[in-house]
Amino acid sequence: MEAVAFFIGALGAMGGAVAVIALRNPFYSVLALIVHLFSLAGLFLLLHAEFVAAAQIVVYAGAVMVLYVFVAAYVGNIEEPMWEPIAGQRLLAPLMASALFVELTIAITGSSLKALGTNGPTIPFGFGQPASIGRFFLERFLIVFEAASILLLVAAVGAVVLAGRRRTTAVPSGEPT
Amino acid sequence: MNMDWYLVLSALLFATGAVGVLIRRSPVVILLCLELMLNAGNLALITFSRMLGDQQGQIFAIVVMVVAACEVVVGLGLIVAMYRRRIPLNVDDLRQLRG
Repeated sequence: MEAVAFFIGALGAMGGAVAVIALRNPFYSVLALIVHLFSLAGLFLLLHAEFVAAAQIVVYAGAVMVLYVFVAAYVGNIEEPMWEPIAGQRLLAPLMASALFVELTIAITGSSLKALGTNGPTIPFGFGQPASIGRFFLERFLIVFEAASILLLVAAVGAVVLAGRRRTTAVPSGEPT
Repeated sequence: MNMDWYLVLSALLFATGAVGVLIRRSPVVILLCLELMLNAGNLALITFSRMLGDQQGQIFAIVVMVVAACEVVVGLGLIVAMYRRRIPLNVDDLRQLRG
């Protein structure tokens, strides 16, 4: 049963990922990424990461993807020319990526992690649920938590500065925009 | 379910994201492919957390999500600013910084 759920989730995640890079229209790529994120959230549930799965759907598939949809609709369709600055780039890139995949797989399966080839240890009740995650964040990882808050604040201010810059500087009438 | 499958799937998703970054030209799609790679890393972190029976891997994954959200906000802000200044949204045309 768990294997069936895993393969459904893996197929969804892989199909979404391939669709993101294969579809020509950025808007459809964003929609494919939403499929990918939902499938990944299912896999997180199988791994007993309930809180991360919920955050994945609410934060990623919800908020971040809305931002992507907005920007993809704002800038419109960007046509990508077939001209290649590096000869054979479209041929070399998949080769490089398959080499990367083989290398990562060898590195993972060759590592001497004890839990490889098993279903993992039995875990206590409450593993990955909001209560224990919150306790970690407010006790052991408090500095990480505060640093993440500051990072989000800086990113929000930075985005406002980047996107709204022209309004603050007085643009002379003759300046091309 | 054997834990190796999750790790191999995460490597496969990472490689897919890498192909996207290398072959696509539109900055929006390149950011999407970066998301794919970050999510592959998240899957590996959560698998390790399950393998070791330790929830700290999930904390890592949540922090990666925060950093990804910041990256999206700044990256999309840059794309909007480029679009407003009529700079072509093609990474091959943006080569002023090349030496």
